[in-house]
Amino acid sequence: MAATIVPAHAAFFGAKKEIGARASFSPSISAHRCRKHALNKVLAVMSPPQPSRAPSTTGSVKHGMTMTEKILAKSSDRSKLEPGENIWVNIDVLMTHDVCGPGTIGIFKKEFGKNAKVWDREKIVIIPDHYIFTSDERANRNVDIIRDFALEQNIKYFYDIKDLSNFKVNPDYKGVCHVALAQEGHCRPGEVLLGTDSHTCNAGAFGQFATGIGNTDAGFVMGTGKLLLKVPPTMRFVLDGEMPHYLLAKDLILQIIGEITVAGATYKSMEFVGSTVESLNMEERMTLCNMVVEAGGKNGVVPPDETTFKYLEGKTSLNYEPVYSDESAKFISEYRFDVSKLEPVVAKPHSPDNLALARECKDVKIDRVYIGSCTGGKTEDFMAAAKVFLASGKKVKVPTFLVPATQKVWMDLYSLPVPGSGGKTCSQIFEEAGCDTPASPSCGACLGGPRDTYARMNEPMVCVSTTNRNFPGRMGHKEGQIYLASPYTAAASALTGYVTDPREFL
Amino acid sequence: MAATQTPVPLFTVRSSSQVFHCPARTHPLHFASNFSKFAKASLSLRQSRIKNLTTPRATPSSSSPPTTFHGQCYVLGDNIDTDQIIPAEHLTLVPSNPNEYRKLGSFSFSGLPTSLYPIPFIQPGTDSTQYPIIIAGANFGCGSSREHAPVALGAAGVRAVVAESYARIFFRNSVATGEVYPIELEQEGVNKQCTTGDIVTVDLERNVFINHTKGKEFVLKPIGDAGPVIDAGGIFAYARKTGMISSVV
Repeated sequence: MAATIVPAHAAFFGAKKEIGARASFSPSISAHRCRKHALNKVLAVMSPPQPSRAPSTTGSVKHGMTMTEKILAKSSDRSKLEPGENIWVNIDVLMTHDVCGPGTIGIFKKEFGKNAKVWDREKIVIIPDHYIFTSDERANRNVDIIRDFALEQNIKYFYDIKDLSNFKVNPDYKGVCHVALAQEGHCRPGEVLLGTDSHTCNAGAFGQFATGIGNTDAGFVMGTGKLLLKVPPTMRFVLDGEMPHYLLAKDLILQIIGEITVAGATYKSMEFVGSTVESLNMEERMTLCNMVVEAGGKNGVVPPDETTFKYLEGKTSLNYEPVYSDESAKFISEYRFDVSKLEPVVAKPHSPDNLALARECKDVKIDRVYIGSCTGGKTEDFMAAAKVFLASGKKVKVPTFLVPATQKVWMDLYSLPVPGSGGKTCSQIFEEAGCDTPASPSCGACLGGPRDTYARMNEPMVCVSTTNRNFPGRMGHKEGQIYLASPYTAAASALTGYVTDPREFL
Repeated sequence: MAATQTPVPLFTVRSSSQVFHCPARTHPLHFASNFSKFAKASLSLRQSRIKNLTTPRATPSSSSPPTTFHGQCYVLGDNIDTDQIIPAEHLTLVPSNPNEYRKLGSFSFSGLPTSLYPIPFIQPGTDSTQYPIIIAGANFGCGSSREHAPVALGAAGVRAVVAESYARIFFRNSVATGEVYPIELEQEGVNKQCTTGDIVTVDLERNVFINHTKGKEFVLKPIGDAGPVIDAGGIFAYARKTGMISSVV
């Protein structure tokens, strides 16, 4: 069931495809400019017609829209809109999980009536993932609440789990919501996806508008399929240059957040373009967009291309229509990075913008390493960690916890061969390195959770983690110290027992 | 700095100028001026909450929007994230459940590091706060989208947060739930001029914040785009008023 593109734009898409193919052979900046120019020629077909009089005589300058503006315009049946406008947006997908689902359902029933029906049983995706493998009664009850609702409403996509002792016997269970949304084909270019979780911005990697909302907003969407949203202006991040072999997308986004601060993108959209971005696979693009919220961003977007379309093949049967920023779109600011000059970084305690070079933290002794979460627990993240362990051939010096994001990721760890290993799987490499056995897929200790959560930080200690936040108490203990890092840096640190630049091994 | 920045400021985006989706109730939001809080309530959760709270309730008029808040303030710095407001282990409590709502309140700000905030927000052995007004720095409420954050504050007895700036989801949730009134200051560094325990007044008619203990007055930013939604009584009421959803539920 391959995805099909809306026929009306087939010609446009056809041209784009060709551009995309050329792009993959020439990642340099000049080629990128050619692509932009070529894009401009094609996009001229899509842009609103320009007035024949000079702009100054009309008193207004007509300009194009950014990707985010276009998606919101399309979803609110507007031909044009400006940042700052408040619009009613039609929602394509609403996601909720076990922590916010019960509250959302409570509000939905209170406001629409206890016998009310959701606006569209196929557009709500309910994914238990946060507090699953715990004996906490309320946590278990919360999964029951969302199950009861899913059954009552005949929700098409409910990724249930009943047997907590063995995740593998639950065929519907997926795991971490943002990774599950992507893997199950719920993320599509040009659409609007809302979720009761701040990292919903993760899906922007697919070229859609995706953002986190609270229970009340979600309750409203559940009943109406719409939400009142304000159009954000877009900040553009141009990442060019060949990605060094010791860097990952996590390093890029930590660098960006470190430079613009945790409030640098508040209420804004973050658009990621450039040859480096184009060279990233979907999971790396997700890592980039995942942490947009850590800069205060409303949503993140990456222009869809061949990489996107290929990923979606076989995952969704719904048509989708990619949109792209017009050449004449207005951006509120633009940042340019020469990625070839960047180095592995960490975010030191206690803020995601507390940027430091990994090599400058080499005297920081650590107590444990955590590799997991929507940000850093995907297949590619584990492959990256495995690469470092393989290169070293030694054992880890500190407890190293591995929490695959979803069942699919877990299976990949046990089945996919790691390049250059002579056919070994990630799980074999991890075992040889002395890591903990990969755990049941869920959000795990990224946010602490109930006291019995696997790998929760219950004492003050120092942890290098591939997760997304390191505010005080984030992984459990208020005095815990969390260094956010890429999977390469996390694995390297596990091997030495100190915060370590992965170039020590790669 | 590896990045070169070419700012092209086209819009002045004020962090407060965001639309909020408002209280999950069909009646207008009421903040009484003195001791009572959200006293006007009907079939909602509010009524059960009010019955449970120990301070006496006055019943304000049914149609006037909030004008003032008064009491002791609790002072915080920048970037207070939602994990500090309500640690994740308490998120198993469902905010729309009246019993669990109260419990949530008892854990508000339990995530603050005691080395930085030695004065407890909630006295041990009690489950509500003596500080109805929070004074904070920049980017208040950053981090997770958990609506439990403004709910916990409201359940604990907070009526207003007066901050330099807000993170967007927290701000939106505050207005959506009606649990706390999120107010913004015109100038920076006000929190540095206040001390926990100061007696303060927030006057929304004159748009001023008065610290009586320190003898200082500060200007507040007007509420902005949230106005029509709040005045209508929340996102559900606003949607009904503007014909987006039908009035009969």
